[in-house]
Amino acid sequence: MQKHLLLGVEAIAQGALDGGLSGVYAYPGTPSTEITEYIQDSRQAAERNVHRQWSANEKTAYEAALGMSYAGKRALVCMKHVGLNVAADAFINSAITGANGGLILAIADDPSMHSSQNEQDSRFYGDFAMLPILEPANQQEAYDMAYSGFQLSESLGLPVVLRITTRLAHSRAGVLRKEIAAQNSIRLPDDMRQFVLLPGIARRRYNGLLEKQKKLLELSEKSAFNSYEDGADHSLGIVSAGIGYNYVAENFPNRNCPYPVVKISQYPLPVEMLKRLSDECEQLLIFEEGYPFVESKLRSFFSDVPHIRGRLDGTLPRTGELNPDHARRALGLAARPTQPIPALVAARPPAMCQGCGHIDAYLALNEALSEFEKGHVFSDIGCYTLGALPPYEAINSCVDMGASITMAKGAADAGLRPAVAVIGDSTFTHSGITGLLDAVNEHAPITIVISDNESVSMTGGQQSAAQGKIESICRGVGVEPEHIRVLTPLKKNHDEMVRVFREEIAYDGVSVVIPRRDCIQRAARLKKAQKSENSDNK
Amino acid sequence: MKIDIILAGVGGQGILSIATVLGAAVLRENLNLKQAETHGMSQRGGAVVSHLRISSDTVASDLIPEGAADLILSVEPMEALRYLPYLSDNGYVVTNTTPFVNIPDYPAPEQVLAAVNALPRVVALNADEIAKAAGNSRTSNIVMLGAAAPFLQLDFTTLEEGVRSIFARKGDAIVDLNLRALHAGHEFAKNSIRL
Repeated sequence: MQKHLLLGVEAIAQGALDGGLSGVYAYPGTPSTEITEYIQDSRQAAERNVHRQWSANEKTAYEAALGMSYAGKRALVCMKHVGLNVAADAFINSAITGANGGLILAIADDPSMHSSQNEQDSRFYGDFAMLPILEPANQQEAYDMAYSGFQLSESLGLPVVLRITTRLAHSRAGVLRKEIAAQNSIRLPDDMRQFVLLPGIARRRYNGLLEKQKKLLELSEKSAFNSYEDGADHSLGIVSAGIGYNYVAENFPNRNCPYPVVKISQYPLPVEMLKRLSDECEQLLIFEEGYPFVESKLRSFFSDVPHIRGRLDGTLPRTGELNPDHARRALGLAARPTQPIPALVAARPPAMCQGCGHIDAYLALNEALSEFEKGHVFSDIGCYTLGALPPYEAINSCVDMGASITMAKGAADAGLRPAVAVIGDSTFTHSGITGLLDAVNEHAPITIVISDNESVSMTGGQQSAAQGKIESICRGVGVEPEHIRVLTPLKKNHDEMVRVFREEIAYDGVSVVIPRRDCIQRAARLKKAQKSENSDNK
Repeated sequence: MKIDIILAGVGGQGILSIATVLGAAVLRENLNLKQAETHGMSQRGGAVVSHLRISSDTVASDLIPEGAADLILSVEPMEALRYLPYLSDNGYVVTNTTPFVNIPDYPAPEQVLAAVNALPRVVALNADEIAKAAGNSRTSNIVMLGAAAPFLQLDFTTLEEGVRSIFARKGDAIVDLNLRALHAGHEFAKNSIRL
């Protein structure tokens, strides 16, 4: 059979498609974005009429996926780890309602914060919601778990969490596909009150969720994704979770690991399997990507725990992603000789692209604010966050999606003048509109800059939900039309932009300034695609 | 066989097209492959790296351990140096000599080249110029792939097939252009290897 070279995220997408997917719902976020993009580009998805448009944010995505599950069809909802904070209300409650059609949450964590604000571990969310969690060690498992996850979800009547981390998300390997499953037809829940979480019903459903925990544990104990590989030397037992398994295995090239290894890829943790390891070994080494989740659980499982080594006792770093060298050191194997990085090598952090409209907006804003001391600009999440770095140093906050507007309002409430918010078009429609309503209702003296490049650029130029709607949204929320100002951020318009910023900063109420120019990366890509289309048509 | 390659460059330089051609070639040979890429924020002009591992056996880790890479293949000279801790004792560095300067504190290019040329096993070439001479400077990535060919333990024809399959959609002229680039890089490397 032919292998297909797929990234971990693509393997999830293909697995879900082959497993009978009817709809994917998502908001872009590294490292999860390509799951949805793959499905958007898939001919198979088009032929099967799979829903594959972006959602405005992770919460709307999760709820729409839950609605598709309610209707009896198989749905996949994808997001990065911090996206689940936004969707947490829907997510936690979906464990109480349960699923009807198969529902998989594909959640991509970003340990080491390559492209994120924190490195929170989504396994805690899965545990908190008391749902089964699948954590693939490789691309084939990513495919298999997405494929079979729908059946698991339907057999349990629960959503299933599929957790990956950056490295597997963006690593490619050969994957074997399975037979394509049929899509479900519409079939409403047997119990018409299943999804009505009135207290009386919710209590009954919550008890049902608690009763299912025993079944979840049984499934983990016998899961093909979990295994106990025995070894002759019981001075150490290794527990590896997800991709951590590969890093341990790397140090034993001929699979001649002398120690017993428990491989964990399905949760809740298989307690019996771990108890055997704990009973038979003098020490345990826990190798997991993310927070010390397994390590903490193990300490609470057994009264007579052996010595446990991992991220909490300093054997492994407490933060950041792991690699085969961490495993090597923890296993006490001799390091290979290495050369240092020459001293002259300079760091090369990401930066805004030359010619980017955000740059022109920041240069004008900085000049307009030059008469004030520093520290008046609240910003948000997107390419424009790079405006915090030299030479611009134009912003003073980046916390969570939409927080620029609300933090500016809070600071204005405290008396800070001026208080400026800088937010992108897609972040505005993701989570900025409700904050704007708060500001309008209180006539807060803030200036909101919606730096509009008409795309979700940091994640690769996806369609922004804001297109063509920003002014009408602002007017609809109640911003006075004369204080909605649209600019074209180009060098030649610098003086005009400075003047407009100054006027609106001086205004004692809510004003919105919209510097609008296409993302240059997206514009270049569209031009290239157009050119290739033209030449294809010849 | 087993070969571990660090592919290095700057976001936007397109190191992933090298990986794509190699991936296509490797599948054809029925070998195992894992290839970890950098996506996300660093693609905005930051340092990007891809770990490419090819083996006739199963590949365990998606990342190459330190001191284990057989080859660093870099499309930018300073980026070649950044990943030296990954290079094995007898590993080779194959790098483009054209600096990509997008940071204010980029070191003096002649110092970077001196550090590159001081490496014991190195093939350094101006891939941009060679690509231009072969027809189009935008094929410098494929020139670099050609220069790496002597170290890949793959038949050169396999690489040619990889190039053909990846660029076939763009027409014969583009395929030929990239094949010329592949050959030009290969010729340079064959003539400059100090063994």
